[in-house]
Amino acid sequence: MMKSIVRKVSLLLVLALVTAPLLSGCHGARDTVAFEVPETFDTSRQYEITFWAKNDTNKTQTNIYEKAIRGFEELYPNVTVNMRLYTDYGKIYNDVITNISTGTTPNVCITYPDHIATYMTGDNIVVPLDDLMADASYGLGGSEVLFDSPSQEEVVPEFLKECVIGSNHYALPYMRSTEACYVNKTFVEKLGYELPDVLTWDFVWEVSEAAMAKNADGTFKVNGQKVMIPFIYKSTDNMMIQMLKQKGGDYSTSAGDILIFNDTTRDLLYTVAEHAKTGAFSTFKISSYPANFLDAGQCIFAVDSTAGSTWMGSHAPLSDISADKFVEFETAVRPVPQFDTADPQMISQGPSVCIFNKDDHQEVLASWLFTSYLLTNDVQIAYAETEGYAPVTLKAQETEEYQDYLSRRGEDNSLHYDVKIDATRLLLENTDHTFVTPVFNGSASLRDAAGQMIENVAKSVRRKQTVDDAYIENLYKEVTSLYRLDSISASAGGKADLGPLPSTAKALIGGLVLVWVLIGLYVLKDFAAGKKNA
Amino acid sequence: MKKKLAMALALTLVLAATGCAGGSSKPAEEPAEEAVEEAAEETEEAEAEAPAEEEAAAEVAVMSHEEYMAAAVDDEVCIETYVQATQSWWEDKITVYAASEDGAYFIYNMACSEEDAAKLTPGTGIRVTGYKAEWSGEIEIAEGATFEFIDGEYVAEATDVTDLLGKDELIDHQNELVSFTDMTIEPIQDADGNEAAYLYNWDGSGEEGSDLYFNVSKDGQTYQFTVESYLTGPGTEVYEAVKGLNVGDTVDLTGFLYWYEGANPHITSVTVK
Repeated sequence: MMKSIVRKVSLLLVLALVTAPLLSGCHGARDTVAFEVPETFDTSRQYEITFWAKNDTNKTQTNIYEKAIRGFEELYPNVTVNMRLYTDYGKIYNDVITNISTGTTPNVCITYPDHIATYMTGDNIVVPLDDLMADASYGLGGSEVLFDSPSQEEVVPEFLKECVIGSNHYALPYMRSTEACYVNKTFVEKLGYELPDVLTWDFVWEVSEAAMAKNADGTFKVNGQKVMIPFIYKSTDNMMIQMLKQKGGDYSTSAGDILIFNDTTRDLLYTVAEHAKTGAFSTFKISSYPANFLDAGQCIFAVDSTAGSTWMGSHAPLSDISADKFVEFETAVRPVPQFDTADPQMISQGPSVCIFNKDDHQEVLASWLFTSYLLTNDVQIAYAETEGYAPVTLKAQETEEYQDYLSRRGEDNSLHYDVKIDATRLLLENTDHTFVTPVFNGSASLRDAAGQMIENVAKSVRRKQTVDDAYIENLYKEVTSLYRLDSISASAGGKADLGPLPSTAKALIGGLVLVWVLIGLYVLKDFAAGKKNA
Repeated sequence: MKKKLAMALALTLVLAATGCAGGSSKPAEEPAEEAVEEAAEETEEAEAEAPAEEEAAAEVAVMSHEEYMAAAVDDEVCIETYVQATQSWWEDKITVYAASEDGAYFIYNMACSEEDAAKLTPGTGIRVTGYKAEWSGEIEIAEGATFEFIDGEYVAEATDVTDLLGKDELIDHQNELVSFTDMTIEPIQDADGNEAAYLYNWDGSGEEGSDLYFNVSKDGQTYQFTVESYLTGPGTEVYEAVKGLNVGDTVDLTGFLYWYEGANPHITSVTVK
């Protein structure tokens, strides 16, 4: 009898063992195992990692990436880094999305947190970096790291915080920039205005409208040319986002609830329409690069990234327009226009770096080491100096080398180009006035929608269409549909609280428990009967 | 009882498996692949929806090239023309180089399904409705134009504009298929001052797959030409031919006379003499 019981119990155990993986296998069957930091980095093995990088169509930036790779490979000869270059974050995003489904993501990728939130729709796709950052051996400032790694405390806290999605860090900041308003100060004064240290929106609109005055021959009075677009905004996404933030208007919750379609947005769009209609305002998508117009004396307020500063001004070292089109004027760099000059608010932007998970955790560790190498002083300072970027580590910002660079503003029109260093200082001095928008799966779409509304309104009034309440209502519906904002999950990226179990799941679990209880009772009954017979 | 036990176990397994497969309707629990595909398709489907303003534009009368050129920027326009070449289709949009017997057009990011894009072969007739735009000197039909196929076929012959290089009259041939003869390949410098016969991107910051930039001269004047990778990318005859150029080569070139802050031809063929 005992043999029979043992057989039955064994049968149940076998069944349990067989069914357990079946059940557990239902979730995350295609996923890579969650990353755990290895105790040691196995340098006896060779690793080949891919790095998808973004440059601003700037050869110097490419050179710095290449130098960083060489420097890293010299320290870690068992690691080969293959770089693929992009000049567009959107293209990287699309390629990553495509490669997630085929399991061919890069190891290390320059990206934006908004994009990472979408990458994270699959389990264990992107590596959470908290354990890596804190690892005593290989983390930031770790004892076994072969380069002068900054400690976590030496990364600018505001920038590091931007890489938190849900409750974990999913990226390291690489470079940071903000937007600046590059101003033709000469024209502002010619129009009879004094340029304030902090621009207000009212000031920019007023001067822009004043600049639309024409001579009898059709040329503009302020520049004597046939072309003048006083105010051009490069990124209308940022324009709407910053206006709403400054106004205290709703945009979204951190959980992903879309709140942008409100009366504040409506009022802002009416203002945009008013000035687009007169021709005082335009956008990059409608008219082309603000720098081309600014440098040619055809624009007074050009808003673009501080990372585009080398294209701005009478003596800009980089330009797409021919030398004969440049006009002489004084360029001033100011924060983006504000509604409340006492409490300026500006966007924080710039590339971050994320790591994609792989089955081989040693490979992931190699990726991490390369990623943290990008935060070393040499890489940070060299890259930051290519444009109006700020290094993301206090360690780099506080070096004598970097401070010397900043102090030599205007010494030449290349490395020490005054407009570029002014733009950099703008961010360094306003880091505590920067903000980022909430990151969730779909936040990238919401950002696109924010800009699209300005683009649509500007285009419509230029095309002599009426922008009124009915138009705005329809616009809200259009962009909601266009960017699928009505189907965005109202849960933040990362592991969100999914709430109570649905009733069907509860019933299923109850059924499972009941069946196993019945099995147990049967076994016990059988055992008791056998004992009795014995 | 044993049968009942077996049945209970089997039912349990079926229910469990069904429950797993069904998952939750919450997007957060979607399988990774579905969610990724959905994200990639998001823009495609959205772009396919034509805005109301474009639907209204269908009533605009068909214009001649002269009437089109006379229209103001931001005016509604409607033209009948013939495809000469297209850039890569992407997210339900396609950029078209088009020409009729009376002039040429550049249609930027025209709304187009992938299926229709395959039919936009050289010579194909299309009626395009949209808004006129100017972007850094390039006269174009703005993003979002709609089109329908029309009968007829026309493939333009290249016009030799070598003698117009550096002259104001060159812009009269904007967007046309043009040719340049007996041009000399000149060195082009990257951002580090290194010289080459061509660069990936304007300053050498790109790599295989990027646009190619190269300098050509005629009568002592140097001009910068481009191989637009979305039009003729890696593997195409012209892309590979430009990579094989040497400074000092004499070449004949054909391409579309695109404009960006001045003439910026998108070269489609190179013949080394």
